[in-house]
Amino acid sequence: MGDYLEGSLDRILFSSWQHFSVVVQCLILAAVIAVGLAVLVYRTGWLRGVADNVSAVGLTIPSFALIGILIVPFGFGVTPAVIVLTFFAALPILRNAVVGLTSIDPALVESARGIGMSRAGILLKVELPLAWPVILAGIRISAQMIMGVAAVAAYALGPGLGGFIFSGLSRLGGANSFNSVVTGVVAVVILAIILDLLLLGLGRLTTSRGIRV
Amino acid sequence: MSDILNSTPGTTTEGSTHGVRILLEAVEKNYRGQAAPAVNGLTLEVPAGKIVAFVGPSGCGKTTTLKMINRLIEPTKGRIMLGDDDVTDIDGDQLRRRIGYVIQAGGLFPHMTVEANIAMVPKMLGWDKKRISARVDELLELVSLDPKLYRRRYPKQLSGGQQQRVGVARALAADPPVLLMDEPFGAVDPITRQRLQDELLRIQDDVQKTIVFVTHDFDEAVKLGDWIAIFSEGARLVQYDTPERILADPANEFVEDFIGSGAGLKQLTLTRVNEVTLGDVITAQAGEASSAVLSRLDAAGHDNVVVVDDRNRPTQWLSRRQLQRTATVDNRIDDDLPVVGIRATLHDALDTMLASAVGAALVVGRRDTLLGVVDVSVVTDAISAARAAAVEAPAPDAPIGTNTSAIDTVPQPHGVDTAPSAALARSSDTGAGDDR
Repeated sequence: MGDYLEGSLDRILFSSWQHFSVVVQCLILAAVIAVGLAVLVYRTGWLRGVADNVSAVGLTIPSFALIGILIVPFGFGVTPAVIVLTFFAALPILRNAVVGLTSIDPALVESARGIGMSRAGILLKVELPLAWPVILAGIRISAQMIMGVAAVAAYALGPGLGGFIFSGLSRLGGANSFNSVVTGVVAVVILAIILDLLLLGLGRLTTSRGIRV
Repeated sequence: MSDILNSTPGTTTEGSTHGVRILLEAVEKNYRGQAAPAVNGLTLEVPAGKIVAFVGPSGCGKTTTLKMINRLIEPTKGRIMLGDDDVTDIDGDQLRRRIGYVIQAGGLFPHMTVEANIAMVPKMLGWDKKRISARVDELLELVSLDPKLYRRRYPKQLSGGQQQRVGVARALAADPPVLLMDEPFGAVDPITRQRLQDELLRIQDDVQKTIVFVTHDFDEAVKLGDWIAIFSEGARLVQYDTPERILADPANEFVEDFIGSGAGLKQLTLTRVNEVTLGDVITAQAGEASSAVLSRLDAAGHDNVVVVDDRNRPTQWLSRRQLQRTATVDNRIDDDLPVVGIRATLHDALDTMLASAVGAALVVGRRDTLLGVVDVSVVTDAISAARAAAVEAPAPDAPIGTNTSAIDTVPQPHGVDTAPSAALARSSDTGAGDDR
């Protein structure tokens, strides 16, 4: 095991970095899309219901199957991986953003209108800051989830640590095959923990002291 | 476009913008899917620099009416005038930046500091940082919160009463001529509420805004309102008059029910001791011979004597029997003397009287010097005089208040004078400003 790690350290570090990078980028993309969608739907009752159902049903789709389906139009490579990761990451964020935006005390929003804030001003200065802790909780859930999905995405020859796991599994019993799988899994877990800590720190920095619990 | 929107609000309370008149002209509000209008053809004037309380049962349309003034709710029909400006069609957000708005618990933004909350409106109006900062300090002092201590706190670090004060400070931030308050003191305990009410009256003495105040608490309306508008269902204005006159001469049974029991007692809170004729007292100094004092009592036909010190401050209140026991008047100081200040209300005076052995209360003025005595007959005389005055002499500057197309929803009882109150009738006569 030690020899294996020493021998392929460069490859492990590079793949870890790729894995982390693709997860973070998809997470950011997903957050922007999900919050945008939430802003569009949160004030209309039936659209809220649709968003809720989509995020519930969407999460039941097996990620492996979705990647397989996407390979047909997009071929192997980064594109299907990014689409799948962003799709799965967006679902919990969308759900949390809708909940966060709708659970704001209506009296506060009216108070904001009453002092002459515009619709956009209320959204940017009152509603989103107040919903932010809930949205961020959604982002953390997504981060954990797609860290694992990203490994599966290696099936479509996407970047990251999935390669270690798949190549190991495909030649199980062969030289270093078990080491390869374990390395991939452990590295994914370590990256997940690091990202969660970073998001926790981000939450501390970006949540007003007035609404921290 | 208008004076109100272009006026540059002063940065000091001395130079602050005083209130302007508000006039609702035949405003109407219909909600889709509701047969009866929420507000039906209401014409109402709020005089400049006065506090008008809107009272009525819940769902009567008083809050809807309030929110139509700053167009949080857009009227279906009718005009809204602020001072001489028609604000019915101007941009709502711009309008609201010039009208203070206070709701229950202040409506503070929990993620912003006290400072940021108060600075919201001045920031939107593009004030520079220095001016905003100075204004925040000034306003916090106005509402009796130490700026050094409270500027950087968050709303959750304040008590309910303090949050409410910050809410008032935020509403006053851009020095608007008009302040709208929607049951602002509904969420605080009775003691804090009373303190906040007193504070509001004190601040109003300073700033002289036009304040519209919605409450369901009639006592609060009596305490704060220069005028009280009583609404029934559909924002039908049942009576619009001074608290004195509403208490003395309720327009109909609906108003009587709303006032509740103890109209007389409530009237006591409207009259102060310095407005009534005080009774005489016989005084004596410590060291005088009791016999001399007794003969003075006989001559005046009184039963009690007030012992005063060399600065005319009362020290004891002795009965004949107490006097007869000693040869000279001693210099003891009785700490439990029933004493009220000249600014006390008759309600406070009566309270003190009931607890005193003599059944009356001493009235003291500046530096606690004795001015006279108030007893039950003084109180009853004052009340009947106030009632008679209120009924006979209608206020000369009564504001307009009518329903142009009112549906009569108040049951008209038999045997009760159900004619519209003098104020309403008069208002119709003087209602030259409305469009009927």
